[in-house]
Amino acid sequence: MYSQYKSQDETGLLRETASQTAGPFVHIGLALEIAGFESRSDEIWQDLAKENAEGEHIELVGSVYDGNGDLVHDALIEIWQADSHGNYVADFDNKKPFSGFGRSACAMDGDFYFNTIKPGQVDFDGKSMAPHINIAIFARGINLHLQTRAYFDDEETANEDCPILNRVPSPVRRKTLIAVKESNNGKPRYRFDIHLQGDDETVFFDF
Amino acid sequence: MSQNYPYFVARDRAWQPAQYTPGYKTSVSRSPRQALVSIQNASPSERSGPVFHNLDMGQHDNDLLMNFRTEGSQAGLPIGERIVVHGRVIDQFGKPVPNTLVEMWQANAGGRYRHKKDSYLAPLDPNFGGVGRCMTDADGRYRFRTVRPGPYPWPNGINTWRPAHIHVSVMGPSISTRLITQMYFEGDPLVPLCPIVQVLKDPEAVETMIARLDMAMSKPMDYLAYRFDVVVRGALQTYFEE
Repeated sequence: MYSQYKSQDETGLLRETASQTAGPFVHIGLALEIAGFESRSDEIWQDLAKENAEGEHIELVGSVYDGNGDLVHDALIEIWQADSHGNYVADFDNKKPFSGFGRSACAMDGDFYFNTIKPGQVDFDGKSMAPHINIAIFARGINLHLQTRAYFDDEETANEDCPILNRVPSPVRRKTLIAVKESNNGKPRYRFDIHLQGDDETVFFDF
Repeated sequence: MSQNYPYFVARDRAWQPAQYTPGYKTSVSRSPRQALVSIQNASPSERSGPVFHNLDMGQHDNDLLMNFRTEGSQAGLPIGERIVVHGRVIDQFGKPVPNTLVEMWQANAGGRYRHKKDSYLAPLDPNFGGVGRCMTDADGRYRFRTVRPGPYPWPNGINTWRPAHIHVSVMGPSISTRLITQMYFEGDPLVPLCPIVQVLKDPEAVETMIARLDMAMSKPMDYLAYRFDVVVRGALQTYFEE
């Protein structure tokens, strides 16, 4: 056939297609307004929650830093989170009050931004994971996207009991996964800065 | 409430590119120095993911010959080699991945991106945007119509050129299967010279990114076709989950 697909591992499984960096112009395809494009009829973007969405409305913001401490201005960020009851709702729909998936980009000022709700606790293995938001980072210089989680600094007890957070062997490094609460004119805002390398390097997961 | 999400075949990180690949200079300061923390037993957070069947697609979202038009005297079709890029999204077991979002973006025929930060001297094409998206059908098939992108220079080595490529983004059934790659064209002599291609150690892994000329799907007197299949991580059955 014409498929390029011949590659199998020793068990006969097909090999996953190789990953490549999203490159410097990822916004053209996945963050049109940052590239200076007109939006299409319906876009996947940074407002996960409409005003009538159930739950506590929050903002999640942050910057991405490289190993020199310089801001990464061209990263694309994707998040995936549960609703306020701790359920994952697969259907993405901009006409609904809440969707669990969103995208943002570190624009010229360096910050990514999400308007969302604080997720509920998700059950896992007879336990409960602390509220968290799954984050994927794509950018020039990143060959295979990096995966992390943002937890919340006002969920201390739940964080201490979280089975996934406790898999991070270094308690010091666990702190890199905790978003810090601020306030934006009364609206709760959590700051989650991502350090790709070096001092305070963020924990990245393999799963 | 516990939904029965699938587990996925572990990602082979020896097959996939390492993060630190000094031949590709930007990776040097953007790669973690600490080991990844393995979530041995993935939770519902990793095993679930969004589906986009309710995303409103425009009529020409997968047709880059038609989805960016200029008004006035320059109105028309983009300049370049007319091609169809099509293929299937399947998993490692060969099972089709239906109703999944496939997105792509690319430079124009001269290697110029329609992005405010691209300053390459090759001109923009007034009738070419370079962005497309579609959903796979019940058999995992997708299809775009576009022009073949041109190679372009970039500041890595003194004289480094990207091979012609199309960026391809696939979600798959979960955030575990999320993948962004680049599709290259069969026979392009720039492919083996490229530091971004060379982040892959195994030549077989490079082959997974090379689209094949597909004369059978071309249209006489109209366009050529390239076939590009994407394999995402295999979904495992969960017979023994409590």
